[in-house]
Amino acid sequence: MFGKLSWAAIPIDQPLPMIASGVVAFAITGILLWVVLKGHLPYLWHEWITSVDHKRIGVMYTLLAMVMLLRGFSDAVMMRLQQSVAFHSQGFLPPEHYNQVFSAHGTIMIFFVAMPFMIGLMNFVVPLQLGVRDVAFPTLNSVGFWLTATGALLVNISLMVGEFARTGWLPYPPLSELTYSPGVGVDYYCWALQISGVGTLVAGINLVTTILKIRTRGMGYLRMPMFCWTALASNLLIIAAFPILTATLAMLLLDRYLGFHFFTNDAGGNVMMFMNLIWAWGHPEVYILVLPAFGVFSEVISTFSSKPLFGYRSMVAATMAICILSFMVWLHHFFTMGAGADVNAIFGIATMIIAVPTGVKVFNWLFTMYGGRIRFTSPMLWSIGFMITFIIGGMTGVLLAVPPADFLLHNSLFLVAHFHNVIIGGVLFGAFAGYTYWFPKAFGFRLHEGLGRAAFWFWISGFYLAFMPLYVLGFLGMTRRMQHYDVAEWRPWLVAAALGAGLIMIGIAFQIAQLVVSIRRREELRDVSGDPWDGRSLEWATASPPPAFNFAVLPDVTGEDAYWALKQHAKDDAEEANEGHYKPIEMPRNSPTGFVCAFFATVMGFALIWHIWWMVIAGAIGAFATFVVFAWRDEDEYIVPAAEVTRIDRAHRARQHARFSAAGVRS
Amino acid sequence: MTAAATATAHGDPHHLGALDHDQRASNQRGPAPKRIVTGYGFWIFLLSDMVMFSAFFATYAVLHDQTAGGPGGAQLFDLRSVAIETGCLLASSFTCGLASIAADVRNRVWFQAAMAVTCALGLAFLSLEAREFASLVAQGAGPTRSAFLSAFFTLVGCHGLHVSDGILWLLTMMAQVAAKGFRPDIRRRILCFALFWHALDIIWVAVFTVVYLLGSAA
Repeated sequence: MFGKLSWAAIPIDQPLPMIASGVVAFAITGILLWVVLKGHLPYLWHEWITSVDHKRIGVMYTLLAMVMLLRGFSDAVMMRLQQSVAFHSQGFLPPEHYNQVFSAHGTIMIFFVAMPFMIGLMNFVVPLQLGVRDVAFPTLNSVGFWLTATGALLVNISLMVGEFARTGWLPYPPLSELTYSPGVGVDYYCWALQISGVGTLVAGINLVTTILKIRTRGMGYLRMPMFCWTALASNLLIIAAFPILTATLAMLLLDRYLGFHFFTNDAGGNVMMFMNLIWAWGHPEVYILVLPAFGVFSEVISTFSSKPLFGYRSMVAATMAICILSFMVWLHHFFTMGAGADVNAIFGIATMIIAVPTGVKVFNWLFTMYGGRIRFTSPMLWSIGFMITFIIGGMTGVLLAVPPADFLLHNSLFLVAHFHNVIIGGVLFGAFAGYTYWFPKAFGFRLHEGLGRAAFWFWISGFYLAFMPLYVLGFLGMTRRMQHYDVAEWRPWLVAAALGAGLIMIGIAFQIAQLVVSIRRREELRDVSGDPWDGRSLEWATASPPPAFNFAVLPDVTGEDAYWALKQHAKDDAEEANEGHYKPIEMPRNSPTGFVCAFFATVMGFALIWHIWWMVIAGAIGAFATFVVFAWRDEDEYIVPAAEVTRIDRAHRARQHARFSAAGVRS
Repeated sequence: MTAAATATAHGDPHHLGALDHDQRASNQRGPAPKRIVTGYGFWIFLLSDMVMFSAFFATYAVLHDQTAGGPGGAQLFDLRSVAIETGCLLASSFTCGLASIAADVRNRVWFQAAMAVTCALGLAFLSLEAREFASLVAQGAGPTRSAFLSAFFTLVGCHGLHVSDGILWLLTMMAQVAAKGFRPDIRRRILCFALFWHALDIIWVAVFTVVYLLGSAA
């Protein structure tokens, strides 16, 4: 009846996961109760859960990422604590548990923190920057988000029911094959990623179509803000890379469920084929994450230096060059495979070449700042912190790209330090910069600046204290993923790294405090202009938060930095351009399709993990029924009447007018 | 009441009806019309699907001689049956094209007839494939026999799964046209369905060549 599922799946004898999942379950139940009792459920359902508005979906993606960051970070803290105490002892985490912790940490941080954070920012910002009303496929956008949430949910269910993979964040066979991993851990991993991978692919298709086909009048390719370009590159990579992940995990699942022989040791299976396939996705994946962050830094640095981005066209070229090169270097993840000197040399050189366009970008950012009137706000701090940190990470990457050096450093803590150096310093700092930068656009009030700065300083000092020792440990010969060790020289460095994690934890506490304080003091932090940073691109032309339709009249773009030009014009004439001719606007209707799909996907995923076949069939029928019901609806749009559009836009214009006449008088 | 008028009134959130698109340079046009956006997005999906197939093709190429002492392609493939399969699928693409033309001229009878024939040909293809799979398993050459057979069943089976999904979609489209007629949104779906069905043909041509023709020659 319930396949492999029985009461034995719940780890009652292990206190740590029980306490952790108990706390999570308690928190979720508490929040749900609060929502229902306070009567917020109808609001949440109509305005958020069923919303197909790209701004709302973007916010939900970001929220998911921030919640999962807490989960992933608690795994990190456990690992650092374990390694700081497990000298000549077992520490407090038994090996099978420790292995799950580092596997879950990597999986969660990449797929359910970095990915949703970046996709959330792109979802929120790209249509606004392009001057349009929504993405190409709004309902599909909602489906994509909810499928990502399904994946995150399945990973978290594994904490309570059964176990998670012990294979690392990429389930290398033969360890991940049924022979060596007979439990449900790898299945949780695979199905969570298959389901959320569909969500990611959908988001990629959606954003590429939006950027290539839905731009406002005059928004030619070479007038798009840099963030749109990096979003385009990132989503092209999603479309080209994620299907490979789907295929690879499908093969692993066939091996595990039906006894196929793709990656097995016997019957002709080829283990190294898995490494090749998974990294053919995995290397582009790191650029999927970091390219949007590059876009965020470009926007932030240009805005807060009060200058157009230096070398816009070279930045576009560098972005697209990285986009293509990212597919040509995957083998550097396994130089030690034994492909031979020639192959290793080619891939080593290809890898080093990527440093060239990246260097172009760094110089462009520096020259953007040069001679600018720089405002050192917290997004700017994250950006400068990024430049320094990322350059270090990039250089250690070039070191690892030298195959002979890689033979010594492969799978050592040097590698771990390197990729945290680029992912934290690049992606995460970018995510935080973007979050602080666009928060006022999403909610109409700024985040508290002082707490944001405090968070930055704790994060960056914590980062250096936590990860620089790991470089040293790599040179001292410590390999990654060690549950315990008996080398005395390693100990002080590991203790230092644990202290660094502690500093980061204080940084995260400041970020939580920042959000809470900012919400409580939102009236002081209110931004009525819609343009709190004196921005340059079109998202700042509309109100904060923007109306559902973003722009009452689609703007006409005549050059780069579209909104800057509009503002200059308005300041010169002490008035903004005349209001356009308002027409009724058709907007997509909200739809529960995404949520319902995700519900069935969760049921199916869980049933597949536990081999509950009747439930799989029920889930599949439910999903198909949802598809048909969605296809059958007659009204998929609603009309915002012209009078309403006029009222909303005039209110915004009145505020703008007051601001510009003031500016006109001053100058 | 012309259908074109409905199209502009219904699927046009960016008010393009007022614009004369053809007169402007591409970046001056503003957002593309819905039919273009939908078709374009679906093309991108198809590209991603082809990337997935190419991963399976690459795997097959790596594993095709890993027979683990079991039978290889030359012993197993029945080219006559595969040729009939191919004929069915290619013919179904032709009838699918007829259905698209019928949709363009809003002829329900021809649309339904052409779709029904497409469905029948698709089912014929699937039953031939199922017969082939069943006979292989019966000979002890199932997917668990060797890495070669795992790769074979997965690549060909993945295409077969796509055809099955396509038939579900086809039936849904027939029902939708019967219930709602050629509304603009339904015509966009017909466009996507046609793209999907033709793309499966392209994949099959590659499967036929790489798996069956090269496999039998070896």
